[in-house]
Amino acid sequence: METHELIEESLLTLTLNKARTFLAMLGVIIGIGSVIALVSLGQSTQSSITNQIQSLGSNLLTISPSSQAFGGVRGGESIQSLTLADAEALKESTLITTIESVSAEYSSRGQIIAGRNNTNAQVIGVLPEYQTVRSVDLSSGSFINQRHVDGLSKVVVLGTTVATDLFGENSNPVGQTVRIDSQVFTVVGVTASKGGTGFNNPDESVFIPLTTAQKILYGVDYVGSISVSAISENVMQQAEDQITQVLLNRHKIRSANDADFRIFSQEDVIGTITSVTGTFTTLLSGIAAISLVVGGIGIMNIMLVTVTERTREIGLRKALGAKRKIITAQFLTEAVMITLIGGIIGTILGITVSAVITNHMDLPFVISLKSIILAFSVSAGVGILFGWYPAQKAAKLEPIEALRYE
Amino acid sequence: MSIPKNLIELTNISKTYKTGEIEVKALQNISFSVEKGEFLAIMGPSGSGKSTLMHIIGALDKPTSGEYFLDGKQVEKLSEDELADIRNEKIGFVFQFYNLLPRTTSLKNVSIPMMYGGVEKTERIKRAKKYLEMVGLGDRLYHTPGQLSGGQQQRVAIARALSMNPSIILADEPTGNIASRQAEEIMEVFQEINKKGNTILMITHEEEIAQYAKRIIHIRDGEIDEDRHNGKQKLVIK
Repeated sequence: METHELIEESLLTLTLNKARTFLAMLGVIIGIGSVIALVSLGQSTQSSITNQIQSLGSNLLTISPSSQAFGGVRGGESIQSLTLADAEALKESTLITTIESVSAEYSSRGQIIAGRNNTNAQVIGVLPEYQTVRSVDLSSGSFINQRHVDGLSKVVVLGTTVATDLFGENSNPVGQTVRIDSQVFTVVGVTASKGGTGFNNPDESVFIPLTTAQKILYGVDYVGSISVSAISENVMQQAEDQITQVLLNRHKIRSANDADFRIFSQEDVIGTITSVTGTFTTLLSGIAAISLVVGGIGIMNIMLVTVTERTREIGLRKALGAKRKIITAQFLTEAVMITLIGGIIGTILGITVSAVITNHMDLPFVISLKSIILAFSVSAGVGILFGWYPAQKAAKLEPIEALRYE
Repeated sequence: MSIPKNLIELTNISKTYKTGEIEVKALQNISFSVEKGEFLAIMGPSGSGKSTLMHIIGALDKPTSGEYFLDGKQVEKLSEDELADIRNEKIGFVFQFYNLLPRTTSLKNVSIPMMYGGVEKTERIKRAKKYLEMVGLGDRLYHTPGQLSGGQQQRVAIARALSMNPSIILADEPTGNIASRQAEEIMEVFQEINKKGNTILMITHEEEIAQYAKRIIHIRDGEIDEDRHNGKQKLVIK
């Protein structure tokens, strides 16, 4: 008996009891479907976040203040360790050869009011270099310039979302005024949308001169962070080393282990996020895989019922010359057909669900061939694993016992 | 020991069933032989052991003791797979309850032994058609058992038994479930295929049906009671 005949036979048998076959498949459909959908959604989220971070500039280094360590003990307060002077020093130091531009910033959340509308946004005090370092594009007006910074001007560049919230769609807020913490600011520009969602979304921020933020709004003399763009992605490590050296010298700290600042590259951030989303994806797929096992048990259950029901048929087939291995193959093929067809339906379902959700949430749709291949091998494996015992039970029936069975 | 030249050679066949402590002797020292081309009926009341005998001859069961040669092969010494081959190639079964696969066409039902016997697909269909025409069902090739009468279903079963061109047709109460007028039709088919050279061994408890055979063996309590030539064979075909 050839393989294609076995498949034909089993498909025929499976169509004889469609409702039961479908119910047996359901476990596999749900199992495979959820594995595919969850893996796909996990990867979509990951690639969305990665893209977003990369769009902020992949040659970007961020220097944040951190508490200085004294003999292994880190103090809790010196979060004010970075100043505008540090940024100036990085800009001017002859030791540094790999840096394109330097920007310092200080940010805080604030309430932005325009007429009757108001919104809560990240208020970021910036230097003109911010535009290059973070690759900010403007849809209208201009960005903060050096004159604004020097003159402590009360001017603001609005993120697109903030502009829309305050002035409505398709309006040009340039030249109008908004109030931030009861100070009146003139709008000089609006950023172009960067898309995406999540933390520190530039679309949901407003930009004011750093000096204005420090002296007029918040009364501080330190900066929140310093952003540096390296001349290329290939010199990130060198840039990091040079910055560390200059800052350690300025802060009179001998060992890099005691540094009162930390340097992150976008790669570090992506790495962290990838590992977090990866863990979640694995965890969720694991849960989905459990449902696949439950589905497999369902198939075994139904196959066992089928064997009992078809005892006479099995006896007859043996009387007509079927060997054990043919009976085994027949029942195994039926089980594998159930899981394979279930696997195909589940895959289609999973892809559809993922496509609908990613479309709805504005995420990139990612489906990996690897997860589909995995789903198929797992579903075939489940069929073989859980079909084996019923098939053996069928094959071992004695023909006379089976023929006598009523 | 020489290999007998008869088609079937049974020597001192005994079969004992054990149900807990109780031993049931289903067959005791059964010896007889069947030549090629015979039409033999084995008769006996229920419980006489005739079904057990049929199972042993059909290679579905093994005797507790004794020797059984079928077409030169000592059956009780064969492995399970070899027994399956014997059932496939040498024996054509006809059961009381037809045992056709439900919701499956006559053509497909007749093809099943050929499928297990490794006959190529186009050849299978050709032969299945031939045998279905032989039993008078040339116009019922694509009917399923549910669409056929009892007699027609049994004729499909006979076509199936013939499909591998076996050494012997084993029929177990072939008319036990069929109305008497149709029973005669079945016997007609048997006599016809017997005339073509097929050996037939039929088990029945009906005297009337046994009369269609050339030779009748009576079994009582697991032993042969009588083995005689049927002088008054009732012929359906002229």
